[in-house]
Amino acid sequence: MRQAIEVHGLVKEYPGLMAVDHIDFTVAAGSVFAFLGPNGAGKTTTTEILEGLRRRTEGEVRVLDLDPWKDGYALHRKIGVIPQDFRFFEKITPREGIQYYGALFGTHPDPADLLRRVALEDKADSRYDTLSGGQKQKMGLALSLTNDPQICFLDEPTTGLDPHARRAIWEVIRGLRAEGRTVFLTTHYLEEAELLADRVAIIHHGRIIAAGTPTEIIRTRGRPERLLIEAPASLADYLRTNAGVSAEAHDGRVEVPLGTKGDALRVLNAVATSGIPWEGFTTTQDTLEDVFVRLVGQMDEGTLKSEGHA
Amino acid sequence: MNGRRLAGDFQVVVRSYVRNPVALFFSLIFPIILIALFGAILGGNGSVSTPLAVENLDHNSPASQAFLAALNNTSLVQITMVNYSAQNFGVALGNNGYTTGLIIPQGFQANYTNRTPVDVFLYTNPEDASDAGIAESAVQGVVTAFNLHAACSTCSPILGITSRNVGSQVYKEIDYLIPGLIGFTILTSPMFSMVDVAASYRKDGIFRELSLTPLTKAEWLTSRILWYVLLTFISAGIMIGAGIVLFNAHVQVNAGILPFLFAGPFLFVSLGMLAGTVAKTPESAALIGNIITFPMMFLSGTFFAVSLFPSWLQPIAHVLPLYYVIDGMNQVMLFSNATRALTDLVIVMAIALVFFGLAVRFFTWRDE
Repeated sequence: MRQAIEVHGLVKEYPGLMAVDHIDFTVAAGSVFAFLGPNGAGKTTTTEILEGLRRRTEGEVRVLDLDPWKDGYALHRKIGVIPQDFRFFEKITPREGIQYYGALFGTHPDPADLLRRVALEDKADSRYDTLSGGQKQKMGLALSLTNDPQICFLDEPTTGLDPHARRAIWEVIRGLRAEGRTVFLTTHYLEEAELLADRVAIIHHGRIIAAGTPTEIIRTRGRPERLLIEAPASLADYLRTNAGVSAEAHDGRVEVPLGTKGDALRVLNAVATSGIPWEGFTTTQDTLEDVFVRLVGQMDEGTLKSEGHA
Repeated sequence: MNGRRLAGDFQVVVRSYVRNPVALFFSLIFPIILIALFGAILGGNGSVSTPLAVENLDHNSPASQAFLAALNNTSLVQITMVNYSAQNFGVALGNNGYTTGLIIPQGFQANYTNRTPVDVFLYTNPEDASDAGIAESAVQGVVTAFNLHAACSTCSPILGITSRNVGSQVYKEIDYLIPGLIGFTILTSPMFSMVDVAASYRKDGIFRELSLTPLTKAEWLTSRILWYVLLTFISAGIMIGAGIVLFNAHVQVNAGILPFLFAGPFLFVSLGMLAGTVAKTPESAALIGNIITFPMMFLSGTFFAVSLFPSWLQPIAHVLPLYYVIDGMNQVMLFSNATRALTDLVIVMAIALVFFGLAVRFFTWRDE
């Protein structure tokens, strides 16, 4: 598969700070790639290096087969960028903004079409300073599409938006993918990455600590599926002794890790024969957010080894 | 330089500006207020006494002294004794900014005592009916009083008035103020705006967004220059019009002023951008803008002629770019001195090109 972005041994160092520490990853053309990490992890620095806005210290970076720093002028004609907290000229409307960007890029975008795609057609002639936060982000998204980009860099596009506006942006991202564009998405929202991304990389302290599809990451780095039974703590003791499982009790529930689906039946049989009263049960599995929190915590404690390649 | 990008950016600048009532007020209404304010203060229409330059060729004889004392007592004129060549008195009045003047001829005392008719010579500017009327009233009143004092039943009036015109173009304060105030807006409008824009666009990330488009720094700066040139043309037209209509200003309006209305904004937009590049925050940008702008505003001949400054201060004015903008416009609009205007223009353009080059070189879309 053709790679839209290739990063090998990328380093960005400031005096006294290693912002990005020898990271490698690739992004397949036409996919949605989510770049996750806590604040100060190195997300924005990496993203800006890919956009050609920041010079790297060392390493190889190719975006659409161009060196972003050396070939920035050519690259910017092929990519669309919506920064975190998009700002624009206050007295300019979305329609005028699209026409403006069209003039800058030498394209002839149809404002009505672009605004319809980002669900902002009803605010086409409202000035930027009268738009809500979500509408401003949608305007930024529309502007980032005026040059028909092959890659869209979306830096936390839904931060601070209400759930309705967030879902509208998600639809736009899905639409971009359906059109065959590559989306490089930076986000704080793990749910968002899990829903939208084909592949995910988690960065912390400048290093990639996990990478793969959301399912792969959850499977390989998350805890196994667990059975949760609403029952007193005595049931945990009973199951450990009689069913040979590592049951733990907390918050009025007994949690039992499941190696296989068959384990669930065995445990439930043991519960039934225990005579200990129980209210109900459910199974649960780590989400990407659970994995993220745990990996970041482990790295902070120094108990995690980072992955080399995404 | 790409025409479509330039036009697109220019359109955004214009829209942003015309939709901002505060910016419009300071660009289009404020100049009228300035002209009205300074015109009312210095234009002469509201003054209680008219300046009258007097040359006494009768060597301060008692009769001539008595005449001048009587004239002074009318409170209609403010007498200033001068010592010009009598032959070119009218020209000298004009060159020194007087609209009215009076010569008391040699032999005034002797003729008055001997009852031999003698005329004083009153110089007025017919285009300035107000000052002329006041001066004529005052002098006529004193002449009549002197004639009555010496009256007899058989003799004819001794004193008379010979009226003459001031011999060259006469300039009032308002005439000097118009080029100065145009220079004031050429300086302040782009300077304050550009330093603020440079710092706030960097803070808000708008420069970062523009850096991801093919727009070049030179194109961005050029579209601002074009806008401020257009704005300067409009505000200069308003000020000249207001000066002429409200205060009967006498300035020459010709094509010679146009290069200064272009070169001035070119210079100060570039300087403003350069200053804004140095500033890291909007607050420090405002401070830097003030540090640059205020000395230039008061020391370049905007409100007062540089020749009126103390001698130690005048060399400072000559190193300020605005001085050459205002002096150039003075040469075009008042003195018809094309050579000096051209010299001023060359200096302004040279400084503008240097500032433009420096601004493009050092202005960055974003900080590393």
